Amino acid sequence: MNLTLKIWRQSDANDKGKMVDYKVTEISEHMSFLEMMDVLNEQLINKGEEPVAFDHDCREGICGMCSMFINGEAHGPDRGVTTCQLHMRMFKDGDTITIEPFRAKAFPVIKDLVVDRSSFDRIQQAGGYISVNTSGNTQDANATLISKHAADEAMDAATCIGCGACVASCKNASAMLFVGAKVSQYALLPQGQIEAVDRVKNMVAQMDLEGFGNCTNTGACEVECPKGISLENIARMNREYFSANVKE
Amino acid sequence: MSGFFKSSIGRKYAMALSAFFLMFFLLQHFAINILSVFSPNAFNEASHFMGTFWAVQYLLQPVLIFGVIYHFVMGFILEIKNRNARAVNYAKNNGSANSSWMSRNMIYSGLAILAFLVLHFIDFWLPEINTKYIQGDMSGLLGDGEGFRYYEELTHKFVNPIRVAAYVLAFVFLSLHLMHGFSSAFQSAGVTSMRKKKLQTFGKAYAIIIPLGFIFIALFHHFNH
Repeated sequence: MNLTLKIWRQSDANDKGKMVDYKVTEISEHMSFLEMMDVLNEQLINKGEEPVAFDHDCREGICGMCSMFINGEAHGPDRGVTTCQLHMRMFKDGDTITIEPFRAKAFPVIKDLVVDRSSFDRIQQAGGYISVNTSGNTQDANATLISKHAADEAMDAATCIGCGACVASCKNASAMLFVGAKVSQYALLPQGQIEAVDRVKNMVAQMDLEGFGNCTNTGACEVECPKGISLENIARMNREYFSANVKE
Repeated sequence: MSGFFKSSIGRKYAMALSAFFLMFFLLQHFAINILSVFSPNAFNEASHFMGTFWAVQYLLQPVLIFGVIYHFVMGFILEIKNRNARAVNYAKNNGSANSSWMSRNMIYSGLAILAFLVLHFIDFWLPEINTKYIQGDMSGLLGDGEGFRYYEELTHKFVNPIRVAAYVLAFVFLSLHLMHGFSSAFQSAGVTSMRKKKLQTFGKAYAIIIPLGFIFIALFHHFNH
């Protein structure tokens, strides 16, 4: 496959940045999108040009680092995948592919396609945990009975890898699917109840502080999420937040 | 609850609550207006009751006005805040791949409804306030004192084809707004997906039937005059 790539190039956080066109040749349809980017970078290095900076770690759909907005969609046109799982067979020979970083005020661009998602870390630190005494008298986890339904739903919420595709896809750059998943995974389990009120209040307060937009229920986040996190988690977070404020 | 309505989720709840009230209002407005097609007398009686009953005039009407203003003002505030949340726009954004046109353009369908409301207030609400509270005529009767004035006023407004066309167009935008707005309000209020599925079907039916009904009423009176 021969492709034309339109890629966002930005030398650092302060640079204005612009789209730059590149040609890549001899791309196999079996390659992953990141491997195609590797080929491009090899070509650029051989020509003495600066390679395109992009985030990647595991390359097996778990790390959620590949913050690429491809042809107008987070992680490209395939569903339930991250960029490393997106295959070049999704494109045709001669295609022009537009590649941009995830865009949100709360996700500032560091360089080219690399964005700073530490706002997600700060939201997690605000309440996305449970306090467990690990001083040697820890209770056996199986001693706490949890229904299969609740366990499954909590696990579904916990599959969120914090990649930020929800924010990138949302027309409002809202982080509510991410925060909803993180609130839900504890709200559904007995271990999460003790800190439930503070958790949802603090996480929502931090989310608002970071400058994410407001959810208007377009559902784009759910469609583009590589882990299939459901909008149900946002509804649950809304209920949790309401009841936390009533209990106060 | 301090600070609840200043938070992003609190505002979602407030938007949903005002939407619930407005959707309920729309339903009763339609229920009364459709009477004009079947029975001018029944329409006159119902209009007179709504126009003079103290609880409607002094309790529900102020709540309605507050609800309308809040829904629009907060809608604009959230739209501006949401636009600011993305400083640099995408060069290519394929929104139709993951969301409906209606859900992405609530601000535009809302603006069309706002423009219609200005026309609608000039047509009906302001003359009504003038007659009842400035001129002090609470009788609801025609100038010659023979019968109620409501049916006559309604049919008179739908003579002008340009006004009828504006009303029809506005109801199309209302339908588009409700297509997303109905289920969105329930989702914002934290209603679970199991129930949401049924609500979505009900919401789609509401979003089509009510505006279509209003269009029918406007066209009926236009061609029947």
